[in-house]
Amino acid sequence: MTTNPILTVQDLSVVFPDSNGGLNALENISFDVSPREFICFLGPSGSGKTTLLRVLANLLRPTSGRVHFIRHHRPRIGMVFQQASLMPWRSVLDNIKLPLELEGVGESKARKKSQEMIELVGLQGFEDSLPRDLSGGMAQRVGIARALIHDPDLLLLDEPFASLDALTRERMWMELSRIWQAKQKTVIMVTHSINESLFLADRVLVLTQRPGQIKLDVEVALPRPRKDDIRYTPHFGKLARKLREAIG
Amino acid sequence: MVKRIQNTLPVILSIFFAVFAWQLTVQWTQLPRFILPAPADVWSRFLKSLNDGSLIYHTGITLAEIVLGLLVGITFATVTGYALAKSRSLEKVLSPYLVASQAIPVVAIAPLLVIWLGDGILSKVVICALIVFFPVLVNTVVGVRAVPTALYDLMHSIRATRLQILLKLEVPASLPVLLGGLRIGATLSVIGAIVGELVDAEQGLGFLLQLGDFQYDTSMVFVAVFMLIALALALYGVVTLLERKFLKWQK
Repeated sequence: MTTNPILTVQDLSVVFPDSNGGLNALENISFDVSPREFICFLGPSGSGKTTLLRVLANLLRPTSGRVHFIRHHRPRIGMVFQQASLMPWRSVLDNIKLPLELEGVGESKARKKSQEMIELVGLQGFEDSLPRDLSGGMAQRVGIARALIHDPDLLLLDEPFASLDALTRERMWMELSRIWQAKQKTVIMVTHSINESLFLADRVLVLTQRPGQIKLDVEVALPRPRKDDIRYTPHFGKLARKLREAIG
Repeated sequence: MVKRIQNTLPVILSIFFAVFAWQLTVQWTQLPRFILPAPADVWSRFLKSLNDGSLIYHTGITLAEIVLGLLVGITFATVTGYALAKSRSLEKVLSPYLVASQAIPVVAIAPLLVIWLGDGILSKVVICALIVFFPVLVNTVVGVRAVPTALYDLMHSIRATRLQILLKLEVPASLPVLLGGLRIGATLSVIGAIVGELVDAEQGLGFLLQLGDFQYDTSMVFVAVFMLIALALALYGVVTLLERKFLKWQK
């Protein structure tokens, strides 16, 4: 892509202080993100994937380097967590509504917007359900709806489907790519699943074991919308092998 | 409705049998009235003190002491507890004092407080507040510390302010534990008020109790004790109602 980036990350390093001189979680990470691009960071556990996402979400200050958003100084972030992280005392609708409440959006407008999001993620009829009554897949749909409701500039996904069973996970891939195409958001997702990254992303960046460094940066030029059977095409297989070798 | 009757019927039956056993004891042992009055004596004493207004007056005084003591105690305990939960260094400084304060029985310092603060309602409110303070404090600390870090991350990622984090995350998340502390505090507060009144007071159920004792009016002592039980049950009931209202989401 030749469009101007909306986000540039330069020489980002994160060191966690510990007893023997600090733990290098990330080292010299640099990359650009174009508008509406879907980027996947792929890496084994301990490669600092989640740390990278936390820096981008402004939950963690990097030790050195910088994260620069071109259009906004402080962009709006929507984040989806490994566990859905819903508030157990709030209904589905009230969980989704939370970001708008914090922004001081009026109640009736916020409810209307939440209802739209509920329809987008296909949870009609569960508006008043409590999180304890939801399956893992449904809870994660609520998490996605909540991350999108305030129209974020950047959507961050931290292994959102890792805790789901294989069938649900694959169904959620389809859902997510449909939502992404409908909403046209810039997405950064971290995962350790090669299939997941190839199924969803425009670009996959492979992180090495600690300290995490970018080892490979590949375009995924697979046609969209991607269907389930795309996994059996030679192009997909070739890319998967390339990623597998890079992970080591 | 049927279920409600099914639930309350055993309670009513057990009270009925207890009163019946009490009456039998009085008849068989032939104990003098100033040692063990019969249920009927207590009942007529109850009606008499109800009619001359004294029972309502003294119960009102004790209730006021309890409610004020609870309010003061809960306010200080939750504010301190929140600060302790948020700051490890504050906890290090304050916790020796807090633990030491628990080694002193309130009964032992109640006379001091009455000397310092007078025999009016103020000393009782302070004693109540002191006795309520600790369980509510501990539960506040535990409750706030147990708020999941993932939910803090969520709140920070959508740029919540400190106040929004307090109101929309910390308060609702720690409410179950907090109400548990309140449940203990509510019953303890009744003890606090009575301890204070027994030291020295001109009014309140503790005063009535002592008056009955001095005048060999044992029926009056029984009436006062039953009123205290009623107060404790009512407070417990209020906490249960709060739990039912605010903790619907819990199973």
